[in-house]
Amino acid sequence: MRNRLATNLLSELSKPGRQGVRLPNPDVFADESLSDLIPREQLADAPPPLPELSEPDVVRHYTNLSTLNMSVDTHFYPLGSCTMKYNPKRNERIAALPAVAELHPYQSERTLQGLLALLYEVQEILAEISGLPAVSLQPAAGAHGEFTALLTAAAYFRDKGQPRTKVLSPDSAHGTNPASAMMAGFEAVTIRSTANGQVDLEHLKSELDERIAVFMITNPNTLGMFDRQMGEIAKLVHGAGGLIYLDGANMNAILGIARPGDFGADMMHFNPHKTFSGPHGGGGPGAGPICVTPALGPYLPSPIVARDGERYRLDYDRPKSIGRVRSFFGNTGVLVRAYCYIRTHGPEGLKRVSEQAVLNANYLLNRVKHILPVPQGDRCMHEFVASAAALKKEKGISAMDIAKRLLDFGFHAPTVYFPLTVPEALMIEPTETESKETLDAFAEALFRITEESAEALHDAPTSTLIRRPNEVQAARHPIVKWTKPD
Amino acid sequence: MPYTFNTPADVAAMLQAIGATSVEQLFQQVPEAFRMTRPLQIGPALGELELTQHLARLSSLNAHAGQRVCFLGGGCYDHFIPAAVDALASRGEFYTSYTPYQPEVSQGNLQAIFEYQSMICQLTGMDVSNASLYDGGTATVEAVLMSIAALDRRRKVIVCHTVHPEFRQVIETYLENFETEVVTIPHDGGTTDLSQLATAVDDQTACVVLQHPNFFGCLEQAAAIAEIAHRKGALLVQVFDPTSLGILKNPRQLGADIAVAEGQCLGNPMAYGGPYLGILAARDEFIRRMPGRIAGQTVGAGGQRCWVLTLQTREQHIRRDKATSNICTNQGLFALRSSIYLALMGPSGMRQLGELCVRKANYAASRLCAKSRLERAFDVPFFKEFVVRDGDDKVARLLEQGEDAGFFAGIELERWYPDLHDCFLVAVTEKRTRAEIDALADVLVGTLRNTETVHA
Amino acid sequence: MKPEDLLFMETHEWVRIDSQGGAKVGTVGISAFAVEQLTDLVFMELPKIGTKVKAGDEFGEVESVKAVSPLYSPITGEVTEVNLALPNHLEILNSDPYGQGWIAKLKVTDESSIGKLMDYATYQKQCAS
Repeated sequence: MRNRLATNLLSELSKPGRQGVRLPNPDVFADESLSDLIPREQLADAPPPLPELSEPDVVRHYTNLSTLNMSVDTHFYPLGSCTMKYNPKRNERIAALPAVAELHPYQSERTLQGLLALLYEVQEILAEISGLPAVSLQPAAGAHGEFTALLTAAAYFRDKGQPRTKVLSPDSAHGTNPASAMMAGFEAVTIRSTANGQVDLEHLKSELDERIAVFMITNPNTLGMFDRQMGEIAKLVHGAGGLIYLDGANMNAILGIARPGDFGADMMHFNPHKTFSGPHGGGGPGAGPICVTPALGPYLPSPIVARDGERYRLDYDRPKSIGRVRSFFGNTGVLVRAYCYIRTHGPEGLKRVSEQAVLNANYLLNRVKHILPVPQGDRCMHEFVASAAALKKEKGISAMDIAKRLLDFGFHAPTVYFPLTVPEALMIEPTETESKETLDAFAEALFRITEESAEALHDAPTSTLIRRPNEVQAARHPIVKWTKPD
Repeated sequence: MPYTFNTPADVAAMLQAIGATSVEQLFQQVPEAFRMTRPLQIGPALGELELTQHLARLSSLNAHAGQRVCFLGGGCYDHFIPAAVDALASRGEFYTSYTPYQPEVSQGNLQAIFEYQSMICQLTGMDVSNASLYDGGTATVEAVLMSIAALDRRRKVIVCHTVHPEFRQVIETYLENFETEVVTIPHDGGTTDLSQLATAVDDQTACVVLQHPNFFGCLEQAAAIAEIAHRKGALLVQVFDPTSLGILKNPRQLGADIAVAEGQCLGNPMAYGGPYLGILAARDEFIRRMPGRIAGQTVGAGGQRCWVLTLQTREQHIRRDKATSNICTNQGLFALRSSIYLALMGPSGMRQLGELCVRKANYAASRLCAKSRLERAFDVPFFKEFVVRDGDDKVARLLEQGEDAGFFAGIELERWYPDLHDCFLVAVTEKRTRAEIDALADVLVGTLRNTETVHA
Repeated sequence: MKPEDLLFMETHEWVRIDSQGGAKVGTVGISAFAVEQLTDLVFMELPKIGTKVKAGDEFGEVESVKAVSPLYSPITGEVTEVNLALPNHLEILNSDPYGQGWIAKLKVTDESSIGKLMDYATYQKQCAS
């Protein structure tokens, strides 16, 4: 239960002389003056002015803070495109085993055979699920995977002597797509979507010239629809000499159902923190492993895990590799959790994950569409996008009002105002780890909200500790750290 | 399927509501030609017990830092993690939540980010911090990109050779497709050659990237390097070691414009390379060029102090191809762990930590490099790491023998510095005891004696 | 300053042309309509003094909490002066967008660029449609 007295910042709780950790006294060189070991001009006059707290201070502070969050462990969290599924406890315990958590990245390979075997198997599994056999586990997040794959494509084209400079992505894509293109040194070009959320083929064709490097597509797309034109798109893009990148954000819909490599993708990333239940951690960490065709494999970052008979090793001898996109091997802890999740399900289980995710989404769509129109139609994959545009026009109730009021009903809000192509969008992704009862209760809450007055809704949420924080003030006069009052 | 709910009756009722006859029918939008006609070829499903046993079997093939005495460093260190860090960070309300898009139900995470930013500023002396990046290497390259953007048209990036070799590789990989020149300044006896640096920095230089204490553990002439950069209008990006700031001057005092670090050392497990967190803090004027999330203080409709994500127009979801970076996530959970760690340590804990590292590392250097073929490669003051040269140039063999005797004794440097083929890097944290250091010395020096005996 | 005395761009910038000792100087700002549409402005990046721009070039930015809008130069010229007080007092754009809310002054280097702009009546029609 929330302690309502606990509203101070750590620095406000601080009292000189308190200390939460006491380290041992030095057992060596105890009598030397520090300035005998470090030149005086390098030494600080005083230690950093961090807060001074006892351990119970810190524990109570953070425990109380935690009670101010909605989370998957406590609430239905249908945040579209984020796949907020249940995070299994067994994965946490395994990732915390000393034989995982206490491995140093520069240990010798002979002391890492168990972990390397596991990581090798992760490479194999991701290759199998994607249908793209060359894998890099290095990228640290989905956006980082996109960027890494685009660098890989750039190296591939450079090696082939083709100066290709354009990366295309649909207007419904995540903002990371064009941002990654720019960071990788490409020109980002936006392709229009049609009214039903599919790629506008005519517009795509008009951009397919000798400068096209990569077409980035999210399929299933951000409306939760599988773009049926995929075969045609692949033919067009490949025909122009370009590559297809699949943003794997929505893989939860097609595990064991369809493989990106089989429907035209040359490269893709996985979001293990979504699809394979690594927890989201309040905004990270994730991981962004990428899978590519054999032709692109030599350009992937180094190292990758290789196998010689029964021995596993890190392969750095890859002369065409783009190099490194981060320090050390990768987000191993996240990959181990993903491995546990995948092995818990096995081949049939993974397929069932997607089936149940799609069933839940379709059921919820059909409950919601009578309350909020779903412009894309009666069917979806793992998520769908409802629109409050009509409600806004008729009653002045916006997507934001609905989102805020849902919090009072004990539900996390869906993703709102994304994709940009749907007005007053509410993007809803229930995931497979929710019950029919929860989905019914959510639909019921939506219905009751739309019956409320717009005026009352503008004040929502009313049950939370704070409501409608002033974002304008925060952005106009940024206060981004605690400062000592004068 | 341990994590799903729907019973056959539920499925039937749901299908009926949808108006479909089977679950398979829901996949009709996926063209037939693309559908898999065989099961995935991956290992069979394992129950929790079997999974745990399977992982235990795999784990037994690893040797970890709880079984060997760890003297490995190079950016990742075996520091002590207080139990409260693990206990608090394993609260589901923290680790199963996501980016605080709805501030009303995310005040816990938002305040935690704000307090992280506050403590990073207290630690570094810098004005502003973001909510964290992926890791030290990507934080460093993001600082380089910030410098290039801030100093429009400057197209030269100068990197000291004593910066972590993998960070340098990351910079090169990121800049490969841009017309930016990356110039590396060699070291002279373990620290950056100031005269070569002064010659290289010109009015085309966007930034100088310095690591202090550097990859070899040596203390650089950071203030002098800042001055060299600033004289030509270039920025100083300093890669710092957070555990050093209890005793060493902070990046602000040394003149850094952007300070970046690998945050693993602040209460985070080594976990074979990640996940960690990248720390990035800067002077005020760069706040709108910072990549990643930033939490800001404001007031709620009722007038209470509260927190939101702010300055979001920098980010990819609004600015798309013109964003400061493509980064979407931060390392929330690891920023949280580091905040808890810093709050527990406080000023005196950080001071003790820094002192212990210096004293123990110096003791270890004196023990290892006394009366044997081993010697310190660089005669420069150092913090918690130092480079050892093996006069007989048999580093690999030596480290293997150390390993057999129960020690992760050091890191070979040849793979990054071919001229240091006879050298290895030793790190000593507060966890290492006199007995462990003495034992390492006995093993390495003793090994040598044995070898010498055999030769004789 | 009355909007009727100003010329407008499709992208909602306005310009007033004055003669200063033979040279033409354009004072540039954004329209009341744009200010209303953008809602709650939080930040402005002013054009840089000395920048040479062509009509239609992006030369600054204005931001609300969740949107960024580029500022386009309505005329071809060189930026000679900017309203340094404005970014810290963006509320001026609500109270006096055509006067104290000016953003930059440019020395006009190509007068033909002026001819392509709209008068207020035409601009209002565009906003209404």
